Amino acid sequence: MDLITRLFGNRKWLLVGLFVLLVAFVATFPLYGGAKVRVLITMLVYAILAVSWALFSGTTGYMSLAPAAFFGLGIYSVALLQDYLPFHIIVVVGGLLSFVFALLVGLVTLRLKGIYFTIFTFGLVIFIGNAINYMETRAFTRHGWYFIAQDRTMLLYTMLGLAVVTVLAVYFIRRSRLGLAMQSIGGNEEAAEHMGINTTMVKVLTFAISSIFMGAAGAVVAPSLIYSNAGIAFSPTYSFIPILGAVFGGMGTLYGPVVGGLVFGFLEKTLRAQWATYFMLGFGVIMVVVILFLPNGIAGLVPMLQSKLGGVIRKLRKGGQAEQHANT
Amino acid sequence: MPILEGQGVTKFFGGLAAVSNVDFHVDQGEIVGLIGPNGAGKTTLFNLISAALPISSGEIRFKGQKLNGLKPHQICKMGIARTFQETKVFANMPVFHNVLVGAFFGSTGHVTQAKAAGEAAQALEFVELSAMSMTPVKDLTLVNQKRTEVARALATKPELLLLDELMAGLNATEISEAMELVKKIRDTGITIFMVEHVMKAIMGICERIMALHHGEKIAEGTPQEIANNKKVIEIYLGEETHAGS
Repeated sequence: MDLITRLFGNRKWLLVGLFVLLVAFVATFPLYGGAKVRVLITMLVYAILAVSWALFSGTTGYMSLAPAAFFGLGIYSVALLQDYLPFHIIVVVGGLLSFVFALLVGLVTLRLKGIYFTIFTFGLVIFIGNAINYMETRAFTRHGWYFIAQDRTMLLYTMLGLAVVTVLAVYFIRRSRLGLAMQSIGGNEEAAEHMGINTTMVKVLTFAISSIFMGAAGAVVAPSLIYSNAGIAFSPTYSFIPILGAVFGGMGTLYGPVVGGLVFGFLEKTLRAQWATYFMLGFGVIMVVVILFLPNGIAGLVPMLQSKLGGVIRKLRKGGQAEQHANT
Repeated sequence: MPILEGQGVTKFFGGLAAVSNVDFHVDQGEIVGLIGPNGAGKTTLFNLISAALPISSGEIRFKGQKLNGLKPHQICKMGIARTFQETKVFANMPVFHNVLVGAFFGSTGHVTQAKAAGEAAQALEFVELSAMSMTPVKDLTLVNQKRTEVARALATKPELLLLDELMAGLNATEISEAMELVKKIRDTGITIFMVEHVMKAIMGICERIMALHHGEKIAEGTPQEIANNKKVIEIYLGEETHAGS
């Protein structure tokens, strides 16, 4: 009982423990998981997208619909470089390309506020997909790309490594000066600017950092797509997945989007296999229920359960002590 | 010697001159008041000094250095801090973290975590909010939100503090406390430039007062001079009002 109260009393260590268990589970999964490895890869991708999206949009309040652009850039890095560079180097290149691209985009778009920023980022995704499609079909008469097959277990471990790096990076950024600056921009941008924060710099930088993980994730996903073209790589779906995952899990915390992304990925992969189109209907209902009853997402369940369980435990202990007193 | 100086300061909103050819100066260690009816251009002038708005023409100098073309975060780092007419706090963050932002980013050079935390705690103690340091600001009363803003501004280590209607919406007791706070801030060596409608406060603590009307400076002088100035009485104070109320 003491251990339980201590665990529930110190959420930080509970979360660290769960995180380590999760990593261990994923790492040993190929031993018993078989074909389910694909499901796990999807879950990790969704978690990475949700966490990196929440890093920028969740804290600053700038709702970005650009993830698909960076994710697609990662896929295209593999398409263009797979004959020349080792796979893992391409993953890094995909991340860096996204970073540079996001810096440029950020400098232009982050002057926009509210809905205008959101629409612009969405337009960006549509524009890039169409522009590349146009160039490919007209200029190069090319229709998509085939990927060199990669070992599934290797892909899982690469994705796991990327997920761990993402979570750790986001953890440290949230705790840093940069994290405080982002939070204050989300709180009141004008005041933040007047308190000495170069808000444009902070926004562009975090927007670019968050896109690194999206681009790298796209690169790791690419080989399992087997075939891709501009329409598939820059599919707007990848812009909405991170938002759904983050909202589903809860944006206010680090573990919220992780859990949301994992659960969303799992639901999508397993339920879609069985119910095909009805899946989205079912997921829609789940989303509505979560938003209605858990405004802080699934992550909001933890403090809720904690206080309830804590109360029960305290009551039990008090009861026990009272009995002891009565006996003596 | 003036710490802040403006010459021919003008701001147009479309065709309307919100601030029109205003010359002003604030001396080191002074408390200067800025009064005028609603829409006179008081907050606009503050927004020009703190670079929230770009100046249309004229120039503003701080310690002899031209401020034209600078960004608000650069102005803050130079040593000018401000509060806002309608409080602009980081509502979901605890009081302490609000002030920590000022301590971390408000001054030039790298500030270590320990130093920033120390300065934030000190600023909170100065405004007597230490007891609430971990409360989210949105849960605070108006007067305490305003104190938080003052602490946040003080944590940036300013030489000049711009207070935009600090007393608005406060009750009589709170106004007296706020007046004491302003004097206490001045006593630490910080120069104060304040917009205020509460006459008791402005007459009680300012050494010099400027009056704006339709964006133009119509009077300047000691509280006594302003209270007896015909133009100010006519436009702003009203015949019935007298300086003490």
